Amino acid sequence: MLHRLRGSCSWMLVMGCLAVGMSVSRVSAAAEELRIGFIAPMTGGFAQVGKDMSNGFQMYLDEVGGSFAGTKVKFIIEDDEAKPPVGVRKAEKLILQDKVQMLVGGLLASTGYALAPVSTRLKTLYIASIPSADDLTQRKSAEYPYLMRTGWTSSQPSHPFGEWACQQGYKKIVTIGADFAFGYEVVGGFQRAFESCGGKVIQKIWPPLGTQDFGPYIPTIKKDADAIFTLMAGGMSLQFPKQLAASGNKIPVIGGGTSYDEFVLPSMGDEVIGSVSALQYSAGLNTPKNEAFVKKYREKYGKVPSYYSESNYTTAQMIHEVLKKTKGKWPGAQKFIEMLSKMKFDAVRGPVSFDDMRNPVQNIYIKKVEKTKMFGYDKDELWNVVIKTYPNVSQFWKYGKKEFLKQPVYSRDYPPCKYCE
Amino acid sequence: MFLSSRGKIWAVAVVLLVLAAVMPFASSYIVLLVTQALILAILAMSLDILLGFTGLPSLGQAAYLGMGAYLTAILATRYDFGLGWSFWVVVVLGILIGAATAALFGLFAIRAAGVSFLMITLALGMCVWGLSYRWNSMTGGDNGINIPGRPVFGIDLAGGVTYFYLVLGFFVMSLVMLYILVKSPFGRSLVGIRERELRMRILGYNTWLHKYVAFIIAGGFGGLAGVLWAHLNGIVSPQIVVLATSVDALLMVVLGGPGTLVGGALGAGVVVFLRDYLSTVVPWWQYLLGGVYVLTILYLPGGLMGIPARIRRWRAQQAGPQREKKL
Repeated sequence: MLHRLRGSCSWMLVMGCLAVGMSVSRVSAAAEELRIGFIAPMTGGFAQVGKDMSNGFQMYLDEVGGSFAGTKVKFIIEDDEAKPPVGVRKAEKLILQDKVQMLVGGLLASTGYALAPVSTRLKTLYIASIPSADDLTQRKSAEYPYLMRTGWTSSQPSHPFGEWACQQGYKKIVTIGADFAFGYEVVGGFQRAFESCGGKVIQKIWPPLGTQDFGPYIPTIKKDADAIFTLMAGGMSLQFPKQLAASGNKIPVIGGGTSYDEFVLPSMGDEVIGSVSALQYSAGLNTPKNEAFVKKYREKYGKVPSYYSESNYTTAQMIHEVLKKTKGKWPGAQKFIEMLSKMKFDAVRGPVSFDDMRNPVQNIYIKKVEKTKMFGYDKDELWNVVIKTYPNVSQFWKYGKKEFLKQPVYSRDYPPCKYCE
Repeated sequence: MFLSSRGKIWAVAVVLLVLAAVMPFASSYIVLLVTQALILAILAMSLDILLGFTGLPSLGQAAYLGMGAYLTAILATRYDFGLGWSFWVVVVLGILIGAATAALFGLFAIRAAGVSFLMITLALGMCVWGLSYRWNSMTGGDNGINIPGRPVFGIDLAGGVTYFYLVLGFFVMSLVMLYILVKSPFGRSLVGIRERELRMRILGYNTWLHKYVAFIIAGGFGGLAGVLWAHLNGIVSPQIVVLATSVDALLMVVLGGPGTLVGGALGAGVVVFLRDYLSTVVPWWQYLLGGVYVLTILYLPGGLMGIPARIRRWRAQQAGPQREKKL
């Protein structure tokens, strides 16, 4: 009996020690440093993308010697596994325990929707460098006053792209897009613009996010389409073009930016040559600034930067520029947003300014995958060569802010597929 | 036997008291993690009723968590309900919806046993996931639902520590109720079913009904965990209904020790600590988690709760026959 009691006593002791040990692990925060909490998937299916994100930010930090305008930057990366609830917990950890002045990052649109309320609740700046959920800076922007977007809205490149598709003479298009909010918004924006210049979307296919086997979907694609619009994300981007090519497809393929972005392009085969997509950045953008960026990034990390890298690199640059104006002093979240909104940047992706809903106004590049040599590299490689530039595109395109905000957010059923049978 | 179980009760009570006493001084992130562990502990204990006591390995326990959480979120955002005193109504509704879902699923699942039971519960769990993912107008699809804030009734639950105490209260209540349940004649007959269902049937027990009722009770506690979970993160997304959550719950029980109730809670604590705390410290946390799982299953078939018994056995062997004579 004594024996057993002793056993349970030692258990209690262990548990007690654990509890006390956990409670003392607090972080004291120094006053004169800028603490930036960075949230990105570091494990799981999106780990490569997360790596691209943090590398971009880190590269800018290294360039300026780890401090912005004399203020030392503490850069804390947390893994959200690309799961919104985990992202929320990590955000709370960063804000409450590490006392960061701002959160940067998040990958999925759903993560953006999850982190934005945290920024409101804890009154902390959140810079959405990648999450592109439309409503964060559209219909719901008033709910998230501490949110600033430095990336893009999902439908922003799709609007000019729809117009471009009309100009190519495409009349009927089939869309195949990942079945989640980001997919709806990219495809929806394209459909709206394409149909408002006379095109017809005749079929919409939604494979679930993370689909690896497109066998059930590819044969259903209507054969009388003039083009196929694809929107893939993560590992889907690599699989779909392969399987489409293997099915003997002859219809031209166009797509949303993430379908052919450089995070996956180097691993792709010749089947993607000729595919056209639209985004605010391309590693194949032929400007001296981008050439220098690509070369440096490639030397440092051994791969071509993706838009994920560029967006976070540019975000770091933007934070730096604001702090230059305040002489290294943290101005507070609201003042920071106010200052950043008024600034104009000569970024790697081109000129960037902001609209009054805290979203970038920037160039949208229509780009075509080609096998070519660029920037003096001596091997033939796949590049997203820019074939047309739409300058200074806002998230509202040509529709006007008021009229745009009157329609509901793009979803699985909006715009309705009028020409589907 | 009697004294030993009383000793265990004391041990659990002291641990909980220490936890309650220490939390106001802990960093808020730790409070968040402990709260999370307690909620998952309720889920794990509910699963232990099935797995540990009745011998039914369910892979769909996340479904009830999801039902409770979505109910809470939908009531809060659409009807502004459950953010004041009505929170207690939502708690009851959450338990009821969990139990009702289990009552429905049980009709399909209970007829099977072993691997078939595993597969059926998995499939039914995926149905709930599909519903949460696809029923955009109700569940917000992939984006999920953001809850405006935690309930306020006299006390404001917005603070991490106050919410912790609320969750701790629910945890203790669940633990006590489930403990009484497993010690009751009903609980003993569940163990009988686990050990040898045929014999129980021959003895005249309606084993189907016993299992069905256990299944519903487990669902009810799953629903309760869901209500608490919804207010923990303030976001309910299909992520909580995925298969991985059900698998996690199963692992927590196996890790802690099935058939012990407290084992599930211990397992929940270890998993949450390894996953959420360690991942902020080291990037290779997944290997550690995997290592712990593998080692437990290889060397501790009784889970972490089996350690004292193992040590006792080992000591008894060391002491040799002389001591045994004395005892």
